Amino acid sequence: MYSSETLLQVNGEERQVTIRHADNLLYVLRERLGLTGAKPGCLNGDCGACTVNVDGYPVKACLVLAMEMVGRTITTIEGLRDTPIQKAFVENFAFQCGYCTPGFIMNCHSLITKVPQADDSTIKDWLESNICRCTGYQEIEEAVKSVLLEQRGT
Amino acid sequence: MYIGASLIRKEALEKVTGVAKYMDDYHTVDMLHAQLIISEYAHAHIQAIDTSEAQKVSGVRAILLGQPSPLTGEEIRDRPPIAFDKVRYHGEPIAVIVADTAVLAKRAADLVHITYKPLQVVNSPRDAIAANAPLIHENLANYKRIEHVYPEPNTNIADRTKIRKGNMERGWEESDVTVEGHYAFSPSDHAAMETRCVTASISPDGYIHIATTSQAPYMVKKLLGSYFDIEKGKIIVSTPLVGGGYGGKVAVQLELIAYMASKAVGGKPVKLYNSREEDMISSPVHIGLDAVIKLGCSKDGLLKATQIKYLWDCGAYSDKGATISRAGAVTCTGPYDIENIWCDSLCIYTNHPYATAYRGFSHPELLFAFERTMDMLAEKLGMDPMELRLKNAILPGHKTPTQVVLNHSNVGNVPDCINKLKRHMNWDEGQCIPIDSRFVRAKGMCCIWKTSTIDTNSTSGVVLTFNPDGSINLLSGLVEIGTGTKTVLAQILAEQLKMDVNQIHVRMEVDTQTTPEHWKTVASRGTLMAGNAVLRAGDDAIRQLKNIASHVLACSPSDLEVAHGKVSVREEPTTFLNFKDIAYGYQYPNGHAIGGQILARGNYTLRHLTHIDHETGAGKPGPEWTVGAQGIEIEYDTRDYTYRIVKAYSVIDIGKVLNYKGALGQVMGAMSMGIGFASKESFVFDDQGIVQNPQLRTYVPPHYGDHPQYIVDFVETPHIDAPFGARGVGEHGLLGMPAALANALSKAAGVQLNSLPLLPETIWSAKKAGEVR
Amino acid sequence: MISFDFEYHKPASVEEATHLHKSLRELNKRPIYYTGGTEITTLGRLNQVNTGAVIDLKGLPECHTQELISGQLVMGVGLSFTRLLESNIFPLLSQTIKEVADHTARSNITLGGNVCGQIIYREAVLPLLLTDTQAMVAGEAGVSHQPIHQVFNRQIQLKEGEFLVQFKTDEAYLQLPYLSIKKRKQGSIGYPLVTVAALKKDNQIRIAFSGLCSFPFRDQKIEKILNQNGVALEARIEQAIQQIPHPILDDVEGTSEYRKFVLSHTLLDILTVLKGEGHV
Repeated sequence: MYSSETLLQVNGEERQVTIRHADNLLYVLRERLGLTGAKPGCLNGDCGACTVNVDGYPVKACLVLAMEMVGRTITTIEGLRDTPIQKAFVENFAFQCGYCTPGFIMNCHSLITKVPQADDSTIKDWLESNICRCTGYQEIEEAVKSVLLEQRGT
Repeated sequence: MYIGASLIRKEALEKVTGVAKYMDDYHTVDMLHAQLIISEYAHAHIQAIDTSEAQKVSGVRAILLGQPSPLTGEEIRDRPPIAFDKVRYHGEPIAVIVADTAVLAKRAADLVHITYKPLQVVNSPRDAIAANAPLIHENLANYKRIEHVYPEPNTNIADRTKIRKGNMERGWEESDVTVEGHYAFSPSDHAAMETRCVTASISPDGYIHIATTSQAPYMVKKLLGSYFDIEKGKIIVSTPLVGGGYGGKVAVQLELIAYMASKAVGGKPVKLYNSREEDMISSPVHIGLDAVIKLGCSKDGLLKATQIKYLWDCGAYSDKGATISRAGAVTCTGPYDIENIWCDSLCIYTNHPYATAYRGFSHPELLFAFERTMDMLAEKLGMDPMELRLKNAILPGHKTPTQVVLNHSNVGNVPDCINKLKRHMNWDEGQCIPIDSRFVRAKGMCCIWKTSTIDTNSTSGVVLTFNPDGSINLLSGLVEIGTGTKTVLAQILAEQLKMDVNQIHVRMEVDTQTTPEHWKTVASRGTLMAGNAVLRAGDDAIRQLKNIASHVLACSPSDLEVAHGKVSVREEPTTFLNFKDIAYGYQYPNGHAIGGQILARGNYTLRHLTHIDHETGAGKPGPEWTVGAQGIEIEYDTRDYTYRIVKAYSVIDIGKVLNYKGALGQVMGAMSMGIGFASKESFVFDDQGIVQNPQLRTYVPPHYGDHPQYIVDFVETPHIDAPFGARGVGEHGLLGMPAALANALSKAAGVQLNSLPLLPETIWSAKKAGEVR
Repeated sequence: MISFDFEYHKPASVEEATHLHKSLRELNKRPIYYTGGTEITTLGRLNQVNTGAVIDLKGLPECHTQELISGQLVMGVGLSFTRLLESNIFPLLSQTIKEVADHTARSNITLGGNVCGQIIYREAVLPLLLTDTQAMVAGEAGVSHQPIHQVFNRQIQLKEGEFLVQFKTDEAYLQLPYLSIKKRKQGSIGYPLVTVAALKKDNQIRIAFSGLCSFPFRDQKIEKILNQNGVALEARIEQAIQQIPHPILDDVEGTSEYRKFVLSHTLLDILTVLKGEGHV
């Protein structure tokens, strides 16, 4: 009664998993499915290191109960390969220790997909949700804007 | 070829794909979990710890309570790893539960009942040294300590460092103008995105395996061995990629607890992971400071004398706090030629979470106080604040506060940095320019400098092993905490061997048994020490390559040259061998083999460092002084007292840029952290010493959108002892941000702002108090 | 993480939800209804929320309504801030809730969750207090409609087993001049020093506060003082601040004296804009 055997849709795959009802999505992804890309930074919704994508929206995995994610489409950093934003992060030196990076990339990826015409204030509204302690955010800004610009060009 | 190039860091792809692993990502099914129980009081006797309910929770394997020994601490052994008899700070670990899962451990922890008898709280350094202040360490006289720390028994003073340079009487006589300022700020936090996490296990033959997110795995090994009387050769510490350190992960704390936890369960692996709240207050913090500075100059603005008192709020235990207070004395002023300096730098116990290293290691703190004083002096003199700095800039030939004579190599070029800054900031257009009747643009600047105060025998080693394809494995005990230094080491080696940097494989993980020691990944000394170790290892590799090749090519090693993955005869380059032909020695057609896998090594120890004299402070604690000038431009609302940082500037004498984008990133990142510390980051204590804001929603670091436009420039005055003349700049971007911001705001607000953080409320409060200029 | 265990339930109808709550109560499970759930995860980990069973109301279609029906805007309690902002049918509500949390968190914070929250701010209620909003309440006895002030006084006031289903706001209110301002200690992230939401109806300003005292509130006396025509704005504001009927917070975000300072110029900006006398 305190846990369920169920299915989660993660990174395009159907995964069988046992979910303790009181566990958040972050725990289930990391400890049950071995997807350690999303990180615990505060477990309080304040830092964004745990950000994943649910039905196209960025979601802080520490804030949601895993049981709520049954029937939703979840994408984690492991589900992104060779995307323009990952390439842009590398080329623009948009990370140093790398701990906040998966969360930031998931948020940026959602932004670029959902709001291709994002202006400065929209970018700020979205990216304010993640903390980076190593960089001064300038390189992250350059990375995101380079992808938005390139997308508009095509 | 590679020096100066913006080479992308070696571990980049791992970091953008979620493949990069950090401590908490490693999990094995046999791992037990430890949960700390932390103190609710800042100062109290522990009367009783009732674990009877906790023991009943299924899956609990051990409950650890504090013991009277060992006591730990890097300079003074004043700290029990788990509180014993009394608690001295809010958040101090009091007990530890070890259980099968993290949930069970926490469930049990929630059932432990502790009875405290509250004691009077020492809530500031001033309170600590007031008459009749309660003693935080009654037993201070009996603690074991290193030779060069001077605790004062029956007080709350853990250490006192003195600088006595020149003749103060003459200095004050020559001072036509003097100012005095009082500055203060509370402890704050590193707030790395990755919280601290360690695992420990003990094998049946007594080998202790510690895995930890640490900047100092080799220090973990040494200290664990010393504290618990264990052969150091039987302690193996490993460190994977680290999610940010900024000095906070220098502290050896959780490793000791995890070891004790593993021991309590017969050596089974135990993981101890800090929640964010625990990481902020249970584990050590960024030191606070109360400072008084008196500064005098002649009427034409030449500095003559300064008297400084630093009261460092090192919290409940001294650990690295004593070293920080010593470093604060070693530098004590800004980068100026001042003949007469009197400084007392005290490391003071309070009932606050205890301090450890923080990026800048006393320099952001002391420069805030000193550079505010410089601005106040400039104002009293009627002189432009930048001109005052330029006039007094420390130069080759001058002496530091510890009386080291500076030369063209061991100090950077302060005037060049100032002049560049002046141009970048368009300083001459004015520093306080109204935008309209309500908003004003204001500029503030300051100078910075730093040397390191680390162990005089600090050492760094590098081992290079060759692969059959001629590529090279680079092994260094430097930890990759995000600085990118491990990639820079590859660049140095590639430059030296004139080879493709992609043929150099850098091992990111560190393990104290198989990776040569790098003292600690701190102090911006990675480039100097590990870089020099690389060059020496490279020299060794070249020697070995030439040796084998000389046999095969029937010539003298001195006839040979190493470049482009080949060893060739200098005069006939068509006669050569590829690295891969000799990386494992050489096999002749008839089967004879000579040599073997090439294993090259290099070691670097800082030269001629000394302790400082206990009476005068004279000595050489660091190899060089890195200098710079920084500034901030703000837009200030004179009605609401709010402000926006529009531009932030740094001009740093880096000696030689090794990786341009890497250096920029380090400087901007440090500037961002400095801005956070200056403008909003601070622990808020209530009158019982309880931290009110141990979460990232109430202790808010800079977020995207807070960032100003960064203008970063470099001057290159080589440090002769360093690889290609380079000076490390991991910390320097931070150093001047608090002073520059306070200088800008003081101008804009028309009031002296001498405390941090610089909140709108701080400004409102200062204005109400009427400290009008 | 949450160290206690609870059951997760997701009923599909209002009746199923109320029956479930009753049977779980009888089994001593201390059930709680929820829509957003962020307080369960964040306060649960600190043992400031404790339960044996959670009832996720997001399975109820009524909780997701966002529609104009017979001259009223009907908003389900399960609407996330993200969805409310995307539609922007209620501009004052949008302006207020945008400041409550960062963009990502808004996907998980809901209208009902914020109004019924344990954390003292409950800023989403401010526009509801200003617009004579009706609350649809479900319970064992069935469904009823009550004015917001009857179900919300400092915090949500419902009987055991009851839950909010929807809010209904007259369409006319949606077009009125409005302004909501949130002031913080520093920057644009963090809890409020003060949040002030206001609108102008029939040339009278209505105003509600959060973060100023330990609960959100609207006060008739304050509104009367601020609506005194013929008295200078600064004088009205000074008088109003002196008449704040509850103790002003003194906490980590700021002292009470400083809050008064911030409130005074925030009120000045709001009155200036809503009186049509200038821009902010």
